[in-house]
Amino acid sequence: MSEPVLSVEGLRTHFFTRDGITRAVDGLSFVIGAGETLGIVGESGCGKSVTALSILRLLPPVLGRTVGGTVRFGGRNLLELDEAAMRGIRGNRIAMVFQEPMTSLNPVLTVGDQIAEAVLIHQGKSRAEAWARAAEMLTLVQIPDAARRVHDYPHQLSGGMRQRVMIAIALSCHPQLLIADEPTTALDVTIQAQILRLMLELKERMGAAILMITHNLGVVAETCQRVIVMYAGRKVEEAPVLDLFDRPLHPYTRGLMASIPRRGTGAARRRRLAEIPGIVPNLRDPMPGCAFAPRCAFATDRCGTEAPPLDDHGGGHVAACWHTGRVLAA
Amino acid sequence: MKRLATFCRRNPTIIIGAVLLVLVAAVALAAPSIAGDPVALKPIDRLQGPSAAHWLGTDFLGRDVYARVVYGARVSLIVGLSVAAMSIVIGLGIGLAAGYWRGVDAVVMRFMDGLMAIPAILLAIAMVSLNRASVWIVIVAITIPEVPRVVRLVRSVVLTVRTLPYIEAAVSDGSPAWKIVLRHILPSTIAPLIVQGTYITASAILIEAALSFLGAGVPPEIPTWGNMIAQSRLFIARAPWTIFAPGTALAMVILSVNLLGDGLRDLLDVRLARRMV
Repeated sequence: MSEPVLSVEGLRTHFFTRDGITRAVDGLSFVIGAGETLGIVGESGCGKSVTALSILRLLPPVLGRTVGGTVRFGGRNLLELDEAAMRGIRGNRIAMVFQEPMTSLNPVLTVGDQIAEAVLIHQGKSRAEAWARAAEMLTLVQIPDAARRVHDYPHQLSGGMRQRVMIAIALSCHPQLLIADEPTTALDVTIQAQILRLMLELKERMGAAILMITHNLGVVAETCQRVIVMYAGRKVEEAPVLDLFDRPLHPYTRGLMASIPRRGTGAARRRRLAEIPGIVPNLRDPMPGCAFAPRCAFATDRCGTEAPPLDDHGGGHVAACWHTGRVLAA
Repeated sequence: MKRLATFCRRNPTIIIGAVLLVLVAAVALAAPSIAGDPVALKPIDRLQGPSAAHWLGTDFLGRDVYARVVYGARVSLIVGLSVAAMSIVIGLGIGLAAGYWRGVDAVVMRFMDGLMAIPAILLAIAMVSLNRASVWIVIVAITIPEVPRVVRLVRSVVLTVRTLPYIEAAVSDGSPAWKIVLRHILPSTIAPLIVQGTYITASAILIEAALSFLGAGVPPEIPTWGNMIAQSRLFIARAPWTIFAPGTALAMVILSVNLLGDGLRDLLDVRLARRMV
């Protein structure tokens, strides 16, 4: 792999609540290479979004703080930058696309204004140049009649078009890294594929890397080169995307895949959809062993007391499980 | 033209309020050319009923009531509009800061709560007795207790808007704090402020009249509706027009401002408007 754009080492972000410390992200490490698309999957509350917010330092300090680890980007540790330097990174070198296109745009400003704003903040261009750039970006995200649409307000656009505008804003300053937090979750299924295709296309064109945060394995399969599976704030498995789907090593990954509804005939049609028994552990409780052990069909006594290390299983496929052999055999 | 007609039909209160208000403003501006001297005394003609020479009769010093009502509109409008403008400008600044920065909030809002407890009339009486009476003193005295109301309104809008995803999106674009406040939050406060501004105008006009009535407001040589009513109340049985003329003018202006405010609220507050349809 080429020189990594972003490398996260031992990231730990905790929420300090009245009832104790919630370890939302607990020692997460990963790297993203230039032009690579890395997926982070996991169920709600596993720390995917908190990871993204921690990288950009967008968590309100009263809520949660990153208490450990490093986030290296462009030769600097983002966690040590001052606020002004951080603003120079946000939206400029690292941009973010949010889940809710309906509410992530300011309803009282035209979309042109909002695209031009990022350009004005970071690139020191004139208003006219920024507006020209806004129209250009709208064309780039394939909004027809862009020259007229820049004057539209968000309520005049459909959900899919608004997400295109969000992407236009994110890419307007040529970021090296685009963090997409559930970019298609709020959209119709038919629009989802269009938006994903658009993001990949523009990524190729601009040479940006993407951190794709999603709970949808379909999205991962379609867009990512490598995938991280997160559970309870920790990485449980990481693999190239095809390898992960061919040979899931962690019982949790298996569970996720088994719970995707499939079309089929005969016996497959009548099969009940698999679910993972139990619930996500409370992140306030200390977890000496494997976080997934209480819900795991393969778990032994050892799983409850000793945290499994992330073992390399060849070809960049790592998994944190004591029983990968039994999982593979099953 | 057709759009204007549709607008008028849908928003009758705005049109009625605005037309009345424009009329009063025009009368106030044109006062010297449409009315005689409001302070000229003619004791021999005092307490005359309406006539060709004095359309609305004369008061107890023989002054022309019509001229005094026309000139009185100037004070009312100046006070009403200045108080609204000043309290909105000051309140907007404080409210934005208090809503966005929690540290400012804790300190400033306690101070505002204290200000809110001061009645405008009492403050005005105190200020007028400390200084020479003038229109400016009256304006400042009415503005001070209005500011906290604007601050509360603006702050509540800021608190609502600042948690919305588009603010988080703006932060993630690298926008500095002042830009987020001025560009992303400020516009959302405009609509409620316009409505609040009309109500402040109406209440300021009323308070000014009350102050003049009590003799604590504008200097007595300037004709205002308030001091006209005060001076005429002794003669209400003999010359009711001296009290009805300024009273009616006052009621009409307050009504028109409130009609305008109600109409604007229905127009600008989408949630309310839907309920009315």
